[in-house]
Amino acid sequence: MAAQVVTITSGKGGVGKTTAAANIGVALASSGQRVVCIDADIGLRNLDVVMGLENRIVYDLVDIVEGRCKLRQAMIKDKRLPDLHLIPAAQTRDKTAVSPKDMQRLADEIRPDFDWVVIDSPAGIERGFRNAVAPADLVLIVTNPEVSAVRDADRIIGLVEAEEKGPPKLVINRVKPEMVRRGDMLSTEDVLEVLAIELIGVVPEDDQVLVSSNQGLPAALDPKSRAGRAFRDIARRLNGEQVPFEDLSARDGFLGRISRLVRPGGSA
Amino acid sequence: MRLFDLLRGESHSARDAKERLQLVLVHDRADLPPAKLEALKDELIAVLSRHIEIDSRAVHISLTRDRGQQRLVADIPLASARARRRPIG
Repeated sequence: MAAQVVTITSGKGGVGKTTAAANIGVALASSGQRVVCIDADIGLRNLDVVMGLENRIVYDLVDIVEGRCKLRQAMIKDKRLPDLHLIPAAQTRDKTAVSPKDMQRLADEIRPDFDWVVIDSPAGIERGFRNAVAPADLVLIVTNPEVSAVRDADRIIGLVEAEEKGPPKLVINRVKPEMVRRGDMLSTEDVLEVLAIELIGVVPEDDQVLVSSNQGLPAALDPKSRAGRAFRDIARRLNGEQVPFEDLSARDGFLGRISRLVRPGGSA
Repeated sequence: MRLFDLLRGESHSARDAKERLQLVLVHDRADLPPAKLEALKDELIAVLSRHIEIDSRAVHISLTRDRGQQRLVADIPLASARARRRPIG
């Protein structure tokens, strides 16, 4: 079976695209599927460090496209997960070194031998975004529950639909359940009502994500990380499993129960 | 509940966020920022006034979203009958 190509994009920078790409790639590969992650952010290479593979880069995406190496030579094989591979971005070139057609050709070359291709898109709506989206079978839009990120997500949804890539799916990242409960952060329902697209993941804010990117060990590898679990759920949904969304607003622990008793009628 | 929220120092800024988002997205999606909409309104008043007497100060024009459909809604009250009977100029 040919690989499905999933592109992770957002419009706004800094919402967690690269973290999502690394973790979804890791989660898919740890269930035994053959995965290639592609860093399409040419000139601002980052997926390699988040995945902990930065010391093993010899060739990159532009080298493949310009014929300086074979596809397999530029694929870095992850030592922890033998089914996980990375094609890094070039660091010294810019986005115009690759065209949307190049990306389609590359994806077609990868498809027969793998199950998933996960493409990390650069921020913005220019050439780099179009490169990343061109070969996609499915586009995931990452946003944060804040006004600017949701606004940019809306713009990207329009552009993805204009490229006839079908309806994209939404990942809401960095949700702080306590702030949502207080009414100081947009809830999942608020964001879905505004954007009107299908949800594929809700990822809670989790200090472990920074710790894991410090170490180059994506949180999806850590069974205790809440964000890691949310990314593993996204991978399962990509595989067609019906996974219920974790209720992030559920109060946990003794203090949560006390606080529920103290607050008349709970909170909206 | 409101007083209770006040005592707890709660602000419910998420509600503001959602309202502001919905408004800004209506304009983004139509590629019609508020200032451009205002210019459109002035031109519309000018055109309409050549054909019919309208109460230009009460004209209201807005963008709305109704079941996935973007709508430009214009409410254009005509000048009152009494005003119309008055000779112009």
